[in-house]
Amino acid sequence: MPDQPLPAGTFEDLALPLFDQLYNFARWLAQDTSEAEDLVQETYAKALRGFAGFQLGTNFRAWMFRILRNTFLTSRTGLKSKVEMDEDELESLASPGPTPEAILVEQANRQAVQEALTELPVPAREILLLCDVEEMSYEEIAQVLAIPIGTVMSRLYRARKALRGRLVEKFKGGPNGV
Amino acid sequence: MACESWREKLDAYVDGALPSAEASALAKHLPQCAGCAAEALERVQMKRSVATAGKRYEASAQFRQKLLKAVSTPRPRERAWLWRIVALPAALVLILSLAVNFYVDREKARRQRVYSELADLHVTTLASANAVDVVSTDRHTVKPWFEGKIPFTFNLPELQGTDFTLVGGKVTYLAQAPGAHLIYRIRKHEISVFIFQDRGGETAKLSSGPVSLLSFTEESWTKNGLQYFVVGDVSTDDVESLSKLLRDAG
Repeated sequence: MPDQPLPAGTFEDLALPLFDQLYNFARWLAQDTSEAEDLVQETYAKALRGFAGFQLGTNFRAWMFRILRNTFLTSRTGLKSKVEMDEDELESLASPGPTPEAILVEQANRQAVQEALTELPVPAREILLLCDVEEMSYEEIAQVLAIPIGTVMSRLYRARKALRGRLVEKFKGGPNGV
Repeated sequence: MACESWREKLDAYVDGALPSAEASALAKHLPQCAGCAAEALERVQMKRSVATAGKRYEASAQFRQKLLKAVSTPRPRERAWLWRIVALPAALVLILSLAVNFYVDREKARRQRVYSELADLHVTTLASANAVDVVSTDRHTVKPWFEGKIPFTFNLPELQGTDFTLVGGKVTYLAQAPGAHLIYRIRKHEISVFIFQDRGGETAKLSSGPVSLLSFTEESWTKNGLQYFVVGDVSTDDVESLSKLLRDAG
């Protein structure tokens, strides 16, 4: 793609509509308001600086989310949190044999889902947010997380299993309830 | 296809990531298989739950404002703001000065045209064998001569004790209007005095001070509805003193 001079105001026009999504995502990652604000602000600053290198026509939303995520990974909270996916550990979070009925009965329990999401390790949490909240395609998620699509699918599978396990535990009244 | 392999694809199906051929095949399988249908329903419900639960946080109004300000390309905005402050008066000044220039230029051009025409009349009259139609040094002869020839009357000054003498007069025209053309003489120089009705048109609003144009000295003024022009190849002083005499008489 040839380098085109970007029209003035393009960055604003592209980036400002993403503000709410980015903030929500940042807040989920950081689990803290002021840290989320710093994250979003830094993301916009970095994106603005790097915008000359951004090629129009490629996925701007994925680009912005990727900047936000990378900024989080290098932040204090990000470094403390386990961002490397320990697949076995994640697998162990999932309780075997959740009954679909249990989920259906409680599916309206928004607070329970929020708690479960918060408890999930960052890699599981972020991929669920990108896929289910941001409704990104596997390809977009692959761009944001810088992983192959196959990994997106397997990680998503495990993340859902883990979430289901968390929810089942909650509904059964405790971690040892299953 | 066995249910096991379908179930592996349920996530992609629910996420809309399954190729359309497989998706339609799965869609056919689900109504026939209660187990897979229940599993698929559970995943759809989970996805919806996460979608709803995930939209949890909203930025504070202050932070939203702060970020908007930071991102809204502050420098161009400021410049635009400054630009408006500077540009508006500048544009007004420019327009005004253009308008004034235009007006002044037009006035100059008009004045030049009138004076040129009067200078032409002055010169052609003097060049003519019969410079004047009424030859008289007596103002009491000249003034009545114009009666019935021009649509107005005027007073001529007493020249006793001055260097000026009246030579005579004739009817002339300026801008399609009739007027009196009088010739005075001072030290062998002829001076033309033109008197027209002040109609506020082409000849109106000429400067009252003596001006020099094509080496002729000219002066004009308006009095009692009449417009006077004095044109001659004499000094400004001479033109002014004759003008004063005429003004006092008129």
